[in-house]
Amino acid sequence: MAAISVRRLRKSYGPLEAVRGIDFEVAAGEVFGLLGPNGAGKTTTVEILEGYRSRDGGEVEVLGFDPGRGERGFKERIGVVLQSSELWASLTVREVHAIFAGYYKEPRDVEETIELVGLGQKRDARVKTLSGGQKRRLDLGVALVGDPELVFLDEPTTGFDPAARRNAWELVRSLRGLGKTVLLTTHYLDEAQQLADRVAVLVAGEIVKLGRPSELTAGAKAEIRYRRDGELVVLETEEPTRALHDLTAAALAEGRELEALEVRRATLEDVYLELVDEQPA
Amino acid sequence: MRVLLHQLRSEQLIFWRNRESAGFIFVFPLMLFLLLGAFYGDETTDEGYAGIEVLLAGMLGYGAANTGFAGMAITLVVRREYGILKRIRSTPLPASSYFAAALASTLFVFALQALVLLGLGRVLYDTALPERPLSLAFLVAFGAAAFAGMGIGTASLIRSAEGSSAVVNFILLPMAFLSGSFGGRDYPRVIEAIASVLPLKYFVDLLRGVYLEHERAWSNPGALAVVAAWGLGGALLGVRRFGWEPRER
Ligand SMILES: Nc1ncnc2c1ncn2[C@@H]1O[C@H](COP(=O)(O)OP(=O)(O)OP(=O)(O)O)[C@@H](O)[C@H]1O
Ligand SMILES: [Mg+2]
Repeated sequence: MAAISVRRLRKSYGPLEAVRGIDFEVAAGEVFGLLGPNGAGKTTTVEILEGYRSRDGGEVEVLGFDPGRGERGFKERIGVVLQSSELWASLTVREVHAIFAGYYKEPRDVEETIELVGLGQKRDARVKTLSGGQKRRLDLGVALVGDPELVFLDEPTTGFDPAARRNAWELVRSLRGLGKTVLLTTHYLDEAQQLADRVAVLVAGEIVKLGRPSELTAGAKAEIRYRRDGELVVLETEEPTRALHDLTAAALAEGRELEALEVRRATLEDVYLELVDEQPA
Repeated sequence: MRVLLHQLRSEQLIFWRNRESAGFIFVFPLMLFLLLGAFYGDETTDEGYAGIEVLLAGMLGYGAANTGFAGMAITLVVRREYGILKRIRSTPLPASSYFAAALASTLFVFALQALVLLGLGRVLYDTALPERPLSLAFLVAFGAAAFAGMGIGTASLIRSAEGSSAVVNFILLPMAFLSGSFGGRDYPRVIEAIASVLPLKYFVDLLRGVYLEHERAWSNPGALAVVAAWGLGGALLGVRRFGWEPRER
């Protein structure tokens, strides 16, 4: 059974249509990425699934529940990392974890959770003394301490330095190892590519592409570049083998050298930027 | 029940650990009492009461409003704006347990404060011990709850965390002054007219009745009704307008 299923989901804020009828499913145990630029509707979508926001249309089922009803049984089984939130600054890491653990019927062990998110050295540190990245780990620890099946991560690595981002990735991978279902949002392609089993690219409230990271680039055009009399020539083609063959055959026949010849496969980044550019902002 | 106790313990931990709340809510009224007490010395009022005892009754009123109204309002606004309420909302903790624990925690803090005020008065200024301790205990609980209700209502009207303390004190301090929390109450008519709609004036009346005149708490049902009405009104406003999510972003 799907952990999350979303059909024709719509949400408007006044005249602004933030989510325009999207469909997707997330299987149990899957890491699913919602990728998109600022204002695409990622947080809106995630917060509807978490039960914070109402929807204007469509159907949503999360772990068999309608999240909008805010049932306790539902809340026992989800963990939430919000895009931005703070916790009690003068408490310690351990105390904050213990407070949240007490809200659940069957929480994880507090010490073990603190180790899991890599705050073992900081368990007795006050929240206000933590760095930005460590605070994000705290958010994650608090989301995991209830031992949820499904974890929502809204931009878990925004504001991280590259090393901290790698660490966070390891963390998400360890969630997969624990058998959790994860829905994460991100602006970063490499992150989606590294972490997600499947990615939905969300632009202006619509899903413009959905699939495995490797599928997203399949069928994308390749670029052949070379210089002719000092001028850069760029050929875009869906059949790079044939195009290259024609090009080199012609050049050989004329006894010419193709200066600075280069063949580039589209990266996910190219695909993404193309998708984002096609849409009116 | 287990969750409620857990949340009450958590509230207590958060309250005492935070220097601002413990200092402003708990210590400040005690300091004010010591300071004003030093001024009143052994004055006697026109009605023949010891000035320091009038002050003590007034400070119990101020303490209730400060702990219940100011404490509840500021805590709620700060937690809401920081996203803590939103964060808690996604956990299985029921909203009713959250508020019950917040109320119980407020009550506990104010009860402790009332005991310390009575003790300090007794030791330093030789004030009388209450002759109607049960009535006084009832007023302490009743006042903390009613002012907490007003705090919940007021929290729903405040938009930002930064401004919450200023807004709350802008209401609280003049009200406390007009209601006779800081001693005498011989004001011009206009000011008296203003004071006569404020809940704290009635609450201080009740405290004076019980502490100075050894009345029972319910011998002044009119004043009880006014305070209760303000508390209920505030709580209802809060329930209708309450939001778990930050207003400002
Ligand atoms: N509470 C709200 N009231 C009005 N408009 C809103 C509200 N929340 C979001 N919006 C608007 O809806 C659109 C989608 O916002 P959303 O926060 O879902 O985007 P996002 O993809 O999460 O963006 P970001 O990457 O910047 O976090 C934006 O245009 C935003 O301004
Ligand atoms: Mg967002």
